[in-house]
Amino acid sequence: MSRPGHATLSADRLLDIAVPAALLVVWFIVGHWKLVDPFLVPPPADVFKKLWQIIADGQLPAAIGGTLYRAVAAFLLAVAICVPLGLAVARIAALRWFFDPLISVGFPMPKVAFIPIFILWLGVFDTSKIVVAAFACSFTILATTVGAASNVERAFVWSALSLGATKSAMLWEVILPAALPRILTGLQIALPIALITTIAAEMIMGGAGLGGTMMRAGRFADTPGVYAGIVASGAVGFFLVKCLEGARRHLLSWHQEQRETQ
Amino acid sequence: MTWLRAPLRYLPVLILALVWELVVRLGLVSDQILPALSDVAAAWWRLMVEGDIPLHAKASFGRAAYGLAIAAVIGGVGGLAMVQSRTVYRLLNPILQMLYPIPKSALIPLVLIFFGIGSASKVFLIALGCTLPILLSTLNGARGVDRSVLWSAESLGASRLATLWEIRVPAAMPEILAGLRTATAFCFILLVSSELLISRDGLGYLIANFGEAGIYPEMFAVILTVAATGFCVDRLLLALSRFVLRWQAPS
Repeated sequence: MSRPGHATLSADRLLDIAVPAALLVVWFIVGHWKLVDPFLVPPPADVFKKLWQIIADGQLPAAIGGTLYRAVAAFLLAVAICVPLGLAVARIAALRWFFDPLISVGFPMPKVAFIPIFILWLGVFDTSKIVVAAFACSFTILATTVGAASNVERAFVWSALSLGATKSAMLWEVILPAALPRILTGLQIALPIALITTIAAEMIMGGAGLGGTMMRAGRFADTPGVYAGIVASGAVGFFLVKCLEGARRHLLSWHQEQRETQ
Repeated sequence: MTWLRAPLRYLPVLILALVWELVVRLGLVSDQILPALSDVAAAWWRLMVEGDIPLHAKASFGRAAYGLAIAAVIGGVGGLAMVQSRTVYRLLNPILQMLYPIPKSALIPLVLIFFGIGSASKVFLIALGCTLPILLSTLNGARGVDRSVLWSAESLGASRLATLWEIRVPAAMPEILAGLRTATAFCFILLVSSELLISRDGLGYLIANFGEAGIYPEMFAVILTVAATGFCVDRLLLALSRFVLRWQAPS
């Protein structure tokens, strides 16, 4: 698909800017001449004014901070529990017997349906939202970690064994590094799930944060507020995805895949 | 003894169910916080017989099916168009890059404003949220086709449409089906959370309603129904992809 040459490359770069710019122009025209009900599609000036207003009065930064904190806390909680557990499940037969069916049953279940149970148990504040989001992404992390750690190339394991590797050396120096690329791929799927669930939980449980703020804007027919919230949550999502990509590059700097992409 | 294998495999699930029943029956956990599994089962049976679950399930599944069907058509056609035409690719790619990081649940207040609390808002939400995974998997699958196969087909005089339909689509099928599976998972998340929030019917509404009224056995029964449905649909999709891909060499 990619033809070499500067012409194509710079044309692509140009379109990366030109297409969003064109959409902005269309939005401006639609808003200015009221081609669509301005309640549904407010003119861009209104949205940017609203955006600026809620940035200036600190409402948006606080909402972004709250959502970011809850999503990251949930993700880290899930990683801290599920990566070690996944490694153990892959290595210990009894644990595998117990957890394997639970993972395969739990993995495809829509976890947001359990939100009312968490409200019943933990209330509607931070703890509850964080636990819900952690629960939602934990099965993904667990399943990919078990899969990654069970499929380490046999030759690595045999060589290490024949060289007299101890059990802990085997785990830290062979299994974990060999499984790391696939574990990280799992984490890259899990983080957006944590964010989606955090925002859904914030909408359902209320309170501060992007989800709660947007839902209130939606119920009070504050359309610019809704659009501002979508832009802000897109920015949060972009930021989190990029952070994890950076972490992957850093953690796998020794791995073949980094050399291939350079 | 093969008939024993499946029940044996799921023995841990059974153990967990038994532990659930016992901790409540022995009074270790208050039934105000966790209703006993047998009470939940009884509530489920009542809701099935009286028709609450079938009625609301019908509303939910209709929304999910329409939303997913729209997403599959737009995503599939869009992905193939992006592979076939460089212009389409260049025009759509910046938009995809912009939309991709938006957490899909953030669109719930938007569809509320556009379509209110009826079915249209859920169908539109699911269509919006599920198009992207299907489109991206179609694009990635159809793009990653072995060049030499395409060259052989072209040298034999295959038209562009023929190479698309006979080579790219079958070659992309594993990824398209994987994308469909991801999209279905998203579909359930969006369906349930929007029904919990902005609805007057559907299984999500039923859950929220029982929750607010404090009728917990019924609430647990509907939640388990949704969870079991998610599991069954996923299994059906896996069976479907095995059937569609039966021509492939087993990996």
